[in-house]
Amino acid sequence: MKKIRIGSGAGYAGDRIEPAVELAEKGDIQYLSFECLAERTIAIAQQAKMKDPNAGYDGLLTARMEAALSICHAKGIKIISNMGAANPVAGMQKVKEIAQKLGIKGLKIAAVTGDDVLAVVKAGDYVIEETGEKLATIKDKLVSANAYLGAKPIVEALKNGADVIITGRVADPALFMAPLIYEFGWSEEDWNILGQGTVIGHLLECAGQITGGYFADPGYKDVNGLARLGFPIAEVSEDGTAIITKVAGSGGKVTLATCKEQFLYEIHNPAAYMTPDVVANYTTVQMREIGPDQVEISGGTGNERPATLKASIGYVDSYIGEGQISYAGPGAVTRGRLALEIVAERLKLTGVKYDELKLDLIGIDSLHGEKLSQTGHEPYEVRVRVSGRTQNMKEAVRIGNEVETLYTNGPAGGGGATKVAREVVAMVSVVVPRELVSYTLHYEVI
Amino acid sequence: MKLREIAHSRTGDKGNTSNISVIAHDPKNYAFLEKHVTADKVKEFFSDIVQGDVVRYTLPNIGALNFVMYKALGGGVTRTLSLDIHGKGLSSALMNFDLPDKE
Repeated sequence: MKKIRIGSGAGYAGDRIEPAVELAEKGDIQYLSFECLAERTIAIAQQAKMKDPNAGYDGLLTARMEAALSICHAKGIKIISNMGAANPVAGMQKVKEIAQKLGIKGLKIAAVTGDDVLAVVKAGDYVIEETGEKLATIKDKLVSANAYLGAKPIVEALKNGADVIITGRVADPALFMAPLIYEFGWSEEDWNILGQGTVIGHLLECAGQITGGYFADPGYKDVNGLARLGFPIAEVSEDGTAIITKVAGSGGKVTLATCKEQFLYEIHNPAAYMTPDVVANYTTVQMREIGPDQVEISGGTGNERPATLKASIGYVDSYIGEGQISYAGPGAVTRGRLALEIVAERLKLTGVKYDELKLDLIGIDSLHGEKLSQTGHEPYEVRVRVSGRTQNMKEAVRIGNEVETLYTNGPAGGGGATKVAREVVAMVSVVVPRELVSYTLHYEVI
Repeated sequence: MKLREIAHSRTGDKGNTSNISVIAHDPKNYAFLEKHVTADKVKEFFSDIVQGDVVRYTLPNIGALNFVMYKALGGGVTRTLSLDIHGKGLSSALMNFDLPDKE
C-alpha cells in the first residue's frame, strides 16, 4: 500500500532550524511542512508590509530556506509553509532569490493569496465573536483581517507541480493534510477521511511538542536529549492511518503520553473541531504504541465543513508599559512589596493615565495569584513587575519610568531594573461567508 | 494524593479561552479521574484566575478529560498584562489538585 511520509519542520515562527534539516537528510520524507504563523504574527507582518511593500513575510524564511532548500530539492522533498504571512508573493520571490543563489535549477515555487479579507470585513456588517460587539466599533483601529483558508489551494498548487508552496493564513492542519489529499486522491467531501487527516495535521503542527518537547517533568515524565530534539514524521497510509515517529537517534521520544498531550492541545469540543475543510471528531480516535517511538493514530472522523470561514482581525488595542526590578537577601519579599506600593502611589501622584494595572512579585505570585501560590517558604530573591495598559505610548513609557526610579528613591538594594513600552496589536475574530473569500495561485519557475 | 501522581496535562490557548487536558498515565485510572476531577472543582481551583465558565469534555477513547475555561487569560493572549500571556503554566498549577487517596 502507498505510504506518504510528512515531516514537521517548525512548530512556531522562532523554532529551531536544524531539526528540519535532519528530517530532510535522514527522515525519508516526501513533504516537509513548516507552521510559522501565530495568531498575531500576521497583523504585525501586515504593519511591516505597510511600511515596505516587499516586507511582511516571516523573518526566518531566509534562514530556514538557506538551510533546507538544497537538500529538499536534491531529494525531491516538497516544502509547504505559511511563512508568507502578510506577503506570500514577496516570500515566494525571496525563495526564488535564495534558490538562485544556491544554484538550484528546475524549481517551481507557488504563493497562495486570498486570505487577506480586510476590504471584505470593512465593507460588511460583522460581529466580533469574542465580545458580541459590532466590528465597526474598532473600524479605525483595524490593521489586518485574514480568513483561514483550507487545504484546497495547496492541493491545486501541488497538482500544478509546485515544489515549494508559500501561503499566508491557512488552517495549520491544512499544511499537512493537503499533500495527503493530493497523493491519495481523497475526496473533498469525505468527511471522515478529512477528519482523520485533520487529526494528523494537528498532531504535527507544533513540531517538537509531540516528540517530547514541552513535556518533560523530571521524575514524573522524563525525556532525554531535549537539546537535540527530533521533529516528528507522520507515515500515512491511504486509509488515513498514521504512524507518528521521528528520526532514529534524535533526541526526545514519541509515546502514547506525548501524543495524547499534543492531541488535546488547543482543542475545545473534541467532537467538533472546526476547520475550513471539515468539522473533525477527535472522540473516535484510537492510539496504539506499535514500537519504540512509533504511535499509530487511526479512527478520526468528521462532519461537513462549516458554511463560514473564521477570519482573524488584528487591531491596535492599546499600549502596555512595564518595568521590573529585583530584590535579594533577607527581607527581599517585604522590600519587593514596598516597591510595588511606592510605584502604585507614584503613578497616582504623577497622574499617569492607565486603564488597567498589574502588580507582581515574580517568584511569589506573578503567574497564578495568591491562592495557588502558597509555598510556605520565603525565596531568597524576588523580582518586582509593574505592567499597565494605557491609551498612548507616552503614558505607557511613564509606567516603566516609575519602576526604574526605585533605584535611588525606593527600598534598599533594588537592582537590574528594566523597562519597556509597546503598542498592543490585539486579535479578535469574525466569521465570513465562504463565497466572499477566493484564493489565487502565483508561480515562479527557475 | 495530588493529581500529578496519576495524570499529566497540557494547556492550550485561543483568545481569552484556555483549555487544560488531564490525561491518565494508566488508562485504568480514567474512571477515577472522571469521578473526581469535575468542572465545578476545577472552576473552584482556578477561582482567582478564571472569570468565566468551565466546561468539561470526556475522551474515554484516550483516557483523558479536557477542560475548557472561558475568560481565563486576562483579556486574551494578545492583550493581557500577565507575565505568562498564554497561561502555559496553568497545567502545572493543576497538578497540585487534591484527589482522595485511592483504596
